Amino acid sequence: MSKPHAVIIGAGFTGVATAHDLALRGFDVTVIERGDICNGTSGRTHGLLHSGGRYAVKDQESAIECIDENMILRKIVPSVIEPNGGLFIGLDEGDLQYGEPFIAGCEACHIPLEELTPQQALKLEPNINPKLLTAFLIPDGTFDPLRLALSFAASARANGAKFKIYTEAKSLLMDGKGAVNGVKVLERASNQTVELRADMVVNATGAWAGEITEMAGASVPVKPTPGVMVAYDQRFVQRAINRLNKPGDGDIVLPQRRMVVVGTTSYDVDNLDYVPVLEDDVRLMLERGAELIPGIRNAKVRGKYVATRPLIGGGMGRSAARTFKCYDHKETDNVDGLVTITGGKATTLRAMAEKTADVVCEKMGINMPCTTKDTPLLSYRQYYTMPN
Amino acid sequence: MSEKWNITLKVSRQKQGETPHFDEYKVEVNPDEYVLDAVERVWAFMDRSVCFRHACHHSTCGACGMRVNNVEKLTCITYIRDVTHDGGTLKVEPLRNFPVVSDLVVDMGSLYSRLELVGARSVLPAPEAEIENPPAKWSEEDGQYIRLADCIECGLCISACPSAATSSDYLGPAVLAGAQANGLKRNPELLSIVDGEDGVWRCHSAFECTAVCPSFVDPARRIMNLRTQIVKERVVGLFRKA
Repeated sequence: MSKPHAVIIGAGFTGVATAHDLALRGFDVTVIERGDICNGTSGRTHGLLHSGGRYAVKDQESAIECIDENMILRKIVPSVIEPNGGLFIGLDEGDLQYGEPFIAGCEACHIPLEELTPQQALKLEPNINPKLLTAFLIPDGTFDPLRLALSFAASARANGAKFKIYTEAKSLLMDGKGAVNGVKVLERASNQTVELRADMVVNATGAWAGEITEMAGASVPVKPTPGVMVAYDQRFVQRAINRLNKPGDGDIVLPQRRMVVVGTTSYDVDNLDYVPVLEDDVRLMLERGAELIPGIRNAKVRGKYVATRPLIGGGMGRSAARTFKCYDHKETDNVDGLVTITGGKATTLRAMAEKTADVVCEKMGINMPCTTKDTPLLSYRQYYTMPN
Repeated sequence: MSEKWNITLKVSRQKQGETPHFDEYKVEVNPDEYVLDAVERVWAFMDRSVCFRHACHHSTCGACGMRVNNVEKLTCITYIRDVTHDGGTLKVEPLRNFPVVSDLVVDMGSLYSRLELVGARSVLPAPEAEIENPPAKWSEEDGQYIRLADCIECGLCISACPSAATSSDYLGPAVLAGAQANGLKRNPELLSIVDGEDGVWRCHSAFECTAVCPSFVDPARRIMNLRTQIVKERVVGLFRKA
């Protein structure tokens, strides 16, 4: 019997992780991506390997997903991670009041934390605001976004997955009985249109998910929400520095190579393919970032950019849950052969893929367990060195 | 209001089997945007067939290297203001010394397999990251941290290197820099790889690699240092044989 064929649309974090998972479960996998790996939201992610601390008070489902996946990624893909931890620092009365629910939330979500005196925190990170009142050490980390995705893609490729990049989905093929059974694609490098047949199509296009479901007359409640990030040309800290308060604008500063990156904001947008950087948001990042690390005022901007998060599950902007969901469109729209994975965060890419592969396997009556938790990933470089 | 410039973006185009030519696009830009923003705008609003590589948009991933007005640049951090003027032209081409996949996209497989060959590390302990401009204050515990290596494997150094242009087998600056960071003393198996005509001795000390490196790796200095390491290992080897 031939292997079932899954076509995954999108080679961002969820697409490459789902390709890896389905390839391990015996699927014949083809990933199509209109640009190169990670050219959309995933590549432009802030790069915080979340401990879950950010969500421990208001969104504990996301917080637990984060701490569990954080620990798994440290094991399976250490070559793309700076596992140096993070600090939540309190600078005013409001921050101090957030301390109590923060401790309780972290305990409820099994996020290890250590309370530090301002002196202890400054000893670890001499460049943070010396006026801090309190600090908590938690197991945040940072990662290299493209290499994280490439590690999953390389591992998928080693198990037979094919990656067709610069290949854009133009329409979904229907079987005449209301089910999706393939994708019509434009190969941009040769300008040719090709039809790919599939036993299952996985829509892993994140913020763009609605554009794909629309092709089949289905829908998905995703709210694309861009945010601005600004990179400065000095590495002031070794750890992720978070403001000890409910999630807000510009309240995370991450080290990356010889830079720090301040993020982010939250706004609405019409055209997802080109989202301009808002200069007001760039100024806001400087103000907010300098509250955490005063030296940022004297640093030079190295890069300004925007990433468009796919938020789901209602709620607007900051109040939206950061968890993810896999939609079986047979259940939501009576369209078989198509599932959509969206929402979530970079940190939870593996769990998103596990859930999606579970749904795909269940729909197809395939009984294969997920093994990605314990499967070390290949070097990101092997994505480029392996034959496709 | 932000400043607006009208520029002509000349994009090198090459689809499979074609010889390369330039297509011109008139674009309105903010000069404080980056070259990559202008290219992405052409794709989003004017010509969906343009192929280019990009991911992080802030110089940490190394995907968006191109030749901008004949010089290798990481386009996501290259301000338009720094490479043209209002009414001016901006020429973007793919990196040299790699096969072109399509338009501005090249196949850098040779670079990545050579980096694997010398075991270039992607993460390393902070003291080995050789930070030349450490932050104003430096914690005494910094030694225990793990750092992503400075090299973002963008290929600019290979494209700019005159020696790489004459020999496709030359390991190239980024690869030799990776071997240097590992050290021959700790990794004696590297000696036979880097001590040869396609290794350090192919370098003609043009220092173009260091001039274009966007990530402070300084490959030229590292190649010179690797030569010193090789000579040292050879001398030590003589005594070992005796």
